[in-house]
Amino acid sequence: MVKEAAVPSTGQTWTQPGMDGIGNVAVKCPKCKEILYGRDWEKNLRVCSRCDFHFKLTAYARIELLVDRGSFVELDADIISIDPLNFVSRSQPYTAKLGEEQNTTNLHEAVVSGHATIEKKPLALAVMDFRFIGGSMGSVVGEKITRTIELGIERRIPVLIVSASGGARMQEGLYSLMQMVKTSAALAKLGEAKIPYFSLLTDPTVGGVTASFATLGDVIIAEPGALVGFAGPRVIEGFMHTKLPEGVVSSEFALQHGMIDTVIHRRDLRYELGRLLNLYF
Amino acid sequence: MPYDLEFEKPLVELEKKMHALQRKGDHLKADERVQLQHMERELRWRTEEIYKNLTSWQTVQVARHKDRPYAADYIRLLCDDFFELHGDRVFGDDHAVMAGPAKLDGQKVMLICQQKGRDTKEKVFRNFGISHPEGYRKAHRLMQQAEKFGLPVICLIDTSGASPALEDEERGQAEAIAANLYLMARLQVPILAVVIGEGGSGGALAISVADRILMLEHSIYAVASPEAAASILWRDTSFAPQAAEAMRISARELHRLGLIDGLVPEPLGGAHRNHRLAATNLKAVLLKHLAELKQLSLDELLEKRYRKFRTIGKHGKSVGSNMLRANT
Ligand SMILES: [Zn+2]
Repeated sequence: MVKEAAVPSTGQTWTQPGMDGIGNVAVKCPKCKEILYGRDWEKNLRVCSRCDFHFKLTAYARIELLVDRGSFVELDADIISIDPLNFVSRSQPYTAKLGEEQNTTNLHEAVVSGHATIEKKPLALAVMDFRFIGGSMGSVVGEKITRTIELGIERRIPVLIVSASGGARMQEGLYSLMQMVKTSAALAKLGEAKIPYFSLLTDPTVGGVTASFATLGDVIIAEPGALVGFAGPRVIEGFMHTKLPEGVVSSEFALQHGMIDTVIHRRDLRYELGRLLNLYF
Repeated sequence: MPYDLEFEKPLVELEKKMHALQRKGDHLKADERVQLQHMERELRWRTEEIYKNLTSWQTVQVARHKDRPYAADYIRLLCDDFFELHGDRVFGDDHAVMAGPAKLDGQKVMLICQQKGRDTKEKVFRNFGISHPEGYRKAHRLMQQAEKFGLPVICLIDTSGASPALEDEERGQAEAIAANLYLMARLQVPILAVVIGEGGSGGALAISVADRILMLEHSIYAVASPEAAASILWRDTSFAPQAAEAMRISARELHRLGLIDGLVPEPLGGAHRNHRLAATNLKAVLLKHLAELKQLSLDELLEKRYRKFRTIGKHGKSVGSNMLRANT
């Protein structure tokens, strides 16, 4: 009942820089193979109107979806990755890879962070973008997420982190692994300050991100059908030398095994987050 | 112990000739005795030379050597007493993690170790040192206990990684690791972590959030195993040696980068050549760091630990980029 009342949210139309032109093209749902018309598909928040498959969102589209219109203030946008190991690659130097990703995604890194309001409630938030080297976590992702948590502590506002990541970034070696500690340690301080942290898992969230901040939420939410787990299905299959059944290592699987609190449809996320903010803070 | 690693080939011939002479025992002629002394010196000098310049991939081979001392060996050689405790009180007991209270040079500590297993039977029993969530939860339980009783925590790390099987997903492998990072970041007792062989990714990290991260001289610590990284980066595990070099996973390189706090010297030719000496070296380093950490007040200890991890990472700033986005 309560849920339905809020579905129309703000009714804003969705135009997103970088998505221009999509309105005129069609996309095929990878799950049910339905052909979806760009404009309808976008209006439906990039969810398949036939089978509810949730397509990936860019970080900025995600922010627009979640927060009150015009409330988002981006911070630390100018932090960029360097190549701390002089990573010797067989294929492409890391810095070249970074440049290429920056050009194709129009992002500086795999996370966008700042503060905003949801249903008028202020919060600090960091949103990952899978397009940028698979949403992998290196120094910059760790730093921006840590700063977001510290902003929560400083201003005494709740923290929301939206994950979309294939794991730690190989090209920064142990620096990447240590970001798991850095972010978790900041969350431990946030916890000591008794400020709530909400973790939203989107497709896909695996590896080092899941084994650190993503699973440390006071409330852990996932979008339907997202790949959510410690290891992705390919890794599990390789390790076990067996084929996994369809749909295993998903939001629903995680919910069933008690690893997350709830699975929420994209159209309801803003409203439900607003409710949680009200209940916790 | 014969030299058996690929890069030790130059030493094998020399060692053979030496052994031939040594077998003569008392029947050695005077000039042969001199010759033998020369050979011994040369072997020592050549071994030093090789081990001083190990590549990352060569270090991987030493770190994974079948005769390398494992955690259980160190426990036996280091501790006055060790009482192993079992179980996570949730699901089961993970044999890849050995843990319990111990005494080290008269000091009470809590030991948490990863044990790979020596022979086939033990390897299977220990799951090759590959932990399930229960291993991390046992560690979690005993770290909380260490805090309760004011015992410093010492972790010996030796794992290729956390188990990524379906049962581990079902029992929350990711959460088990994350919960340890969260706990250890603020645990109110000193924590020492020593990578004794392989520090494999999140599976190693889960018991490595420490005031001092130390590594044996020829051990490795990596965001992913060289094989996994090669597969992720170049879709071919045969490029593992290149991945090992690129990720700079050897203890020496990590120390040079300032990512770890200290090296534990290994006996000449690797820890596997002299377990006792390796343990003696480790003990000395542990006691030194324990003594230093005990000097700190609790606030100092926790603040230093926080700063230590807070400052790990390297980044730059974009200048005058047209990519800066306006607020949505
Ligand atoms: Zn569909």
